[in-house]
Amino acid sequence: MLVYLIRRLGQSALVLVVMAVLVFIGIYAIGNPVDVLISPEADLAEQQATIARLGLDRPLWEQLWLFLVNAVQGDLGRSFVHGVPALRLILERLPATLELALVALVVALSVGVFLGLWAGLKPDALLGRSIMTGSILGFSLPNFWLGLMLILVFAVLLQWLPAGGRGETVDLLGIRTSLFTLDGLSHLLLPAITLALYKTSLVIRLARAGTREVVLQDYVKFARAKGLSPSRVIYVHVLKNIMIPVVTVVGLELGSMIAFAVVTETVFAWPGIGKLLIDSIVNLDRPVVVAYLMMTVFIFILINLAVDLLYSLLDPRVRLSEAGA
Amino acid sequence: MARTAEPLLRVEQLETQFFTRAGVARAVDGVSFEVARGEVLGLVGESGSGKSVTGFSILGLVDPPGRIVGGRVLLEGENLVDAGERRLRALRGNRIAMIFQDPMMTLNPVLRIDTQMIEAVRAHHGVDRAEARRRARDALGRVGIPAPEERLSAYPHQFSGGMRQRVAIAIALLNEPAVIIADEPTTALDVTIQAQILYEMQKLCGESGTALVWITHDLAVVSGLADRVCVMYAGRIVESGPVDAVLDRPRHPYTAGLIGSVPSRNRRGVPLAQIPGMTPSLLALPGGCAFRTRCPNAEADCAAEPPAERRPEAGRTLRCHHPVGEAVS
Amino acid sequence: MSEPDPGLSSGAVVAEPETLHAPPPRLSSPLARLALDFCASRPAVAGLAVILVVAVAAIFAPLIVPQNPYDLAQLDIMDGTLPPGSPSYAFGTYWLGTDVQGRDMLSAIVYGLRISLLVGSVSVAFALVIGSAVGLVAAFFGGGLDSLLMRIVDIQLSFPAILVALILLAIFGNGVDKVIIALVIVQWAYYARAVRGSALVERRKEYIDAAVCLGLGTRRVLFGHLLPNCLPPLIVIATVQVAHAVALEATLSFLGVGVPITEPSLGLLIANGFEYMMSGRYWISFFPGVALVVVIVAINLVGDRLRDLLNPRLQR
Repeated sequence: MLVYLIRRLGQSALVLVVMAVLVFIGIYAIGNPVDVLISPEADLAEQQATIARLGLDRPLWEQLWLFLVNAVQGDLGRSFVHGVPALRLILERLPATLELALVALVVALSVGVFLGLWAGLKPDALLGRSIMTGSILGFSLPNFWLGLMLILVFAVLLQWLPAGGRGETVDLLGIRTSLFTLDGLSHLLLPAITLALYKTSLVIRLARAGTREVVLQDYVKFARAKGLSPSRVIYVHVLKNIMIPVVTVVGLELGSMIAFAVVTETVFAWPGIGKLLIDSIVNLDRPVVVAYLMMTVFIFILINLAVDLLYSLLDPRVRLSEAGA
Repeated sequence: MARTAEPLLRVEQLETQFFTRAGVARAVDGVSFEVARGEVLGLVGESGSGKSVTGFSILGLVDPPGRIVGGRVLLEGENLVDAGERRLRALRGNRIAMIFQDPMMTLNPVLRIDTQMIEAVRAHHGVDRAEARRRARDALGRVGIPAPEERLSAYPHQFSGGMRQRVAIAIALLNEPAVIIADEPTTALDVTIQAQILYEMQKLCGESGTALVWITHDLAVVSGLADRVCVMYAGRIVESGPVDAVLDRPRHPYTAGLIGSVPSRNRRGVPLAQIPGMTPSLLALPGGCAFRTRCPNAEADCAAEPPAERRPEAGRTLRCHHPVGEAVS
Repeated sequence: MSEPDPGLSSGAVVAEPETLHAPPPRLSSPLARLALDFCASRPAVAGLAVILVVAVAAIFAPLIVPQNPYDLAQLDIMDGTLPPGSPSYAFGTYWLGTDVQGRDMLSAIVYGLRISLLVGSVSVAFALVIGSAVGLVAAFFGGGLDSLLMRIVDIQLSFPAILVALILLAIFGNGVDKVIIALVIVQWAYYARAVRGSALVERRKEYIDAAVCLGLGTRRVLFGHLLPNCLPPLIVIATVQVAHAVALEATLSFLGVGVPITEPSLGLLIANGFEYMMSGRYWISFFPGVALVVVIVAINLVGDRLRDLLNPRLQR
């Protein structure tokens, strides 16, 4: 297990370096790095200082090395707009995005597994088919338009919920979260639903396909032959088996949730890293874009690792094959 | 073996049909038999003859599009066909248990053995987990699993096929059922393991007086294990009786064909007999006697109407217009 | 981190290209049989009908809409943000209202659909060609080339399409052509992986050996013999990807990095109506969104049906 972990961490570090090189090429090699990295408002002396600091007058491979060394030390440049280190800006906004993505993930998982299980148990019943047709709709509704319509209905017409922004937050272990105030939750609800809908449809499909396969297995019939109650058969024997593919896929989808939060955060003016990215792109605040990319890659790698570990926890067969290897 | 007047399990005119888009398949078509306490009944037939569906029908485990459309299943006098799902659940795994064909598929791969055994005990008895676990451990010990205490915490994939089937048998025995339906439980196993398991099942059922319905396609297994045998073809029992009588003096041409196609040491060098043709599709059975298209004795009257059940001698039944050893008129 | 795409996500579960056999023959031509089976599903037929109607409307847009929404001379700022059903001085009625520049929403939507469908189908076509070629080459030659190409595909697919497209457009700038390029870049890898998967299976079959033994050129074997046998899963992916591309283009335009403001696609129309929605003038965002959803749902319904038909594992 330890060997496996070390090997995986090594692979992850490699991917991170490769991504850093790609980002470097993307930002530094395309176009003039002086234009990209130095604020247009900076005066000549400031420009010279930055060129010297970033080593932009040196050969390309040396610049790459400097970029990597700086990145390892957490220096991903300074925001032109906010005048603070880009990484600090990202870290300040990160909790809001993670909060949104995690809540959406929980919603997608719980609702999706429940509906998918239902549709899988009764594939030909009206409700089962409606759930499947509904999931196609869930796939098809563009994220941003869904957000707009929710705002239109619940904020503009009914005036039940706020149209955007993040509500009141409390500090929990140094992290600001809106999960524990009514105002915070009311602000979180619509964005979370918006972000969750697509994944909910995905989970419904996975859970349904898994259920249809699992209920045909002998072990389900054997469980019934033991005289177990239907709820025990469904919620223990079937559910535990379908959770393996669902958790694997959905865990990996957390990464794309963070990416898709870009759209949701823009619609709901949610102050996370996604909105920061769009603002930075519009304002040509490139160091922040670079910092966002590096941070996202880092998070993706972490998620990948966590899902692999979770997978081996859920499926006893996986653990054995590793021990044997 | 001693027989009580009332059999533990009596199946009467059982009919199970599958309503598919292509038509209605009569998988079980008027099957009747009975098993007494401590008795072993062999239910023999080729794949697709309806023998497994018969087993599932007895426990009320036929899945749609299949449905029991007629007949009775009397377990200790109680008709299971009319019983509600709740009552059936109380009986399944308790008074009547089932063992499946493929031990690799019958245990849930993501649940530990103790979970799967304890739930079977607690579904029927209001005992605490410790007591249920103790019973599970004893049952594992009884079927010959070494170090049962440690094995309880293992997952199914950590067992070999033979060991898994022992676990399945232990689960079936957990609540000391009156009847066990065993659906080809040794087919997927090595021959040596098969013999061990056969021996142990015989011993365990003999000790506890459990009646056993052993579903198989293997006549050799039946001859060594069963007291009586029912031969199934296309959803019907074509011949039944005491195992020695049926195997020594088969009356139905199909039984005779099955016996003739078993390789034997005494007949080396002689080509094996075969039953010509294939098992017909249940959706397109020949009219009259379903076996007539493959039968050496078939006459014109076989196509006219299906043969009625008759009793050529005491304790035997037969469905054939032109049985083996009877002069053709 | 697989890309959140309906085609792939469910395709990964069901698509099993190696055993794509036609069902037992009932009709002479497999295509006719497919058409017949397809028609058995009413939602899928409805979806196909909608696609055809929308496609015809988009192609002949200048002939059927009352106003050219891109011609500023035809717009009357005095007609700005009129609700649906308002009379127009220039022509009959603004059935779906007008936007802030006095643009007839109905005309704008039809023109917007034109851009959306153009971007969707062109990007899918290019991605399909490039991806299939890469996948075929990887499967046919194998070895180091295969590992290299597939590693690139893996890395590409581990990043959500929306993010990659966003960054690309941040570098490229606005424009219909640039959106298409970005969409091709984010989509080609799906086809590469799918084609490689089925080509690897087909590659081992004897007819390929036979073709090679006949001395046929590599290109002939690849495209004449191997590719046609890898087509069924590609058709499914391509169908669903058109819907995906349309949605992605709308999202990018909504975020302001897609098509230029002079040629508003549906996404941009919705974005433009965003601020007016708060004051209850919903129609500017609402109707383009409905059009977008209808098109995407229709394509997905067709794709879903095709997946069921072309996937042997679901055939009972």
